[in-house]
Amino acid sequence: MPNVLSVENLSKKYGDTIAVDGISFEVERNEIVGLLGPNGAGKTTTINMVLSVLEPTSGSIRIEGIDVARQRSQALDCTNFAAVYAPLPGNLTVYQNLHVFGLIYGVKHLSARIESLLEQFELERFRNLKSGVLSSGEQTRLCLAKAMLNQPHLLLLDEPTASLDPATARDIRTKIREFAMRGLCGVLWTSHNMYEVADVCDRVLFLSHGKIMLEGDPKTLPQDHGKSTLEELFIAVAREPLTLERV
Amino acid sequence: MTLSRTFAIVLRHFYLVRGSPARVLPLFAWVAIDMLLWGYITKYLNAVSAAGFDFVPVLLGAVLLWDFFTRVMHGITMAFMEDVWSRNFLNLFATPLAISEYVSGLVASSIGTSLVGLIVMLVLASAIFGLSFLSYGAAILPFLLVLFLFGVALGIIGAAIVLRFGPATEWFIWPIPALVSPFAGVFYPVATLPTWMQYISSTLPPSYVFENLRAIISGHAPSVTALIWGVVLAVVYVLLACWMFVGVYRHSVRSGLVARYSAETVS
Repeated sequence: MPNVLSVENLSKKYGDTIAVDGISFEVERNEIVGLLGPNGAGKTTTINMVLSVLEPTSGSIRIEGIDVARQRSQALDCTNFAAVYAPLPGNLTVYQNLHVFGLIYGVKHLSARIESLLEQFELERFRNLKSGVLSSGEQTRLCLAKAMLNQPHLLLLDEPTASLDPATARDIRTKIREFAMRGLCGVLWTSHNMYEVADVCDRVLFLSHGKIMLEGDPKTLPQDHGKSTLEELFIAVAREPLTLERV
Repeated sequence: MTLSRTFAIVLRHFYLVRGSPARVLPLFAWVAIDMLLWGYITKYLNAVSAAGFDFVPVLLGAVLLWDFFTRVMHGITMAFMEDVWSRNFLNLFATPLAISEYVSGLVASSIGTSLVGLIVMLVLASAIFGLSFLSYGAAILPFLLVLFLFGVALGIIGAAIVLRFGPATEWFIWPIPALVSPFAGVFYPVATLPTWMQYISSTLPPSYVFENLRAIISGHAPSVTALIWGVVLAVVYVLLACWMFVGVYRHSVRSGLVARYSAETVS
């Protein structure tokens, strides 16, 4: 069985600017991989290339063994995402948004699936409200419900808990963790909250200047590199990536 | 092509229209005003001109058909602009939705909205001014087909322009029918135009519709060859428009514009 996500020698250049520089990594089933790095490190560029809304300059991306460049629709059929910068249309209601995207993803027994997600993400009382009037936390929950619609094998989450209060963020982390462990799903997760990353991720990739600088278990990686916490390690990678590259 | 994905785009637009009087009103209000305005102009012209010539099927009929074409084009660009205004590109294009399914959804949405306009125009034009589509005979079908296809083509080209150059180019899309109308001979024979305009006219499918419309009203048989040529030309425009949209989309994916559309540029 192929990995949920296989990325090989992926690069993206904008003229002379290198946004992503030949990175390779995998996401396995039932695994949550944290993609960490300072602003501008190439995390969102990488996610956009996996989602096929940005064409790589070189390299390949396979989702469930399917080449995204050649069989985009088939690859994205079993993928979904939620990103803090991609809210669902505010002029549709919660139910309408889930209905429209459910049809796009070809979800079977769509009505039942929507009801289940509305309950799971505590959105039932908002079902007939326009998404644009929801609080940012509620909109984030809606985006996560959308991301779960097709029970994806690959779930891409770009700062999914950025606008949630700590209690809701913990609940959401638990839900995503359960989701990843239950089925055949793998998750690629970006976050600037190192506590969250240590809590949720099985493995982390540190990205800086478009390259993967470090990779490993978030619980042991700081000690391996002479730092006491993941946050300290993050700051070191952000400030002195070349030093760490030689470690 | 998966029909449910195309249906999703239509359903999205239906939800938007259903929940918004500001979207429902333009479906029929402007065409209704056009019918009244041009209907009374034709009545006045009938009253002051030489007896025997009826301006209703010539002028009001032309306005009705031109408005139908405009509604088809605007129906597509409006459905597309809804995604621009709600910043929905990333959500849509990061799904399995294929470009052909997306564009088909825009066209299907436009069929629905333009039909509303057409029905309202027909009811007003026949009830108040006695205009009947029957006066054009069977030629009305190719007339509508040519105008529909050309409206689809210009709608897709309009969407491609906005996708390529950003939301600010929206102002350029809405007046396209007005830009085309002097060349299409909507209200006068193409022969009235200077030669250079006639050359342009010959490349525009609607000009074959309106030339034939006037021929039928004058008691001549429609030119089957001209109508076939009009249909062929309109199909070519649709194919070119689809090719252009796909090219612009691919460029946007390559340059990163889809992911950062609100910036209007990635340079």
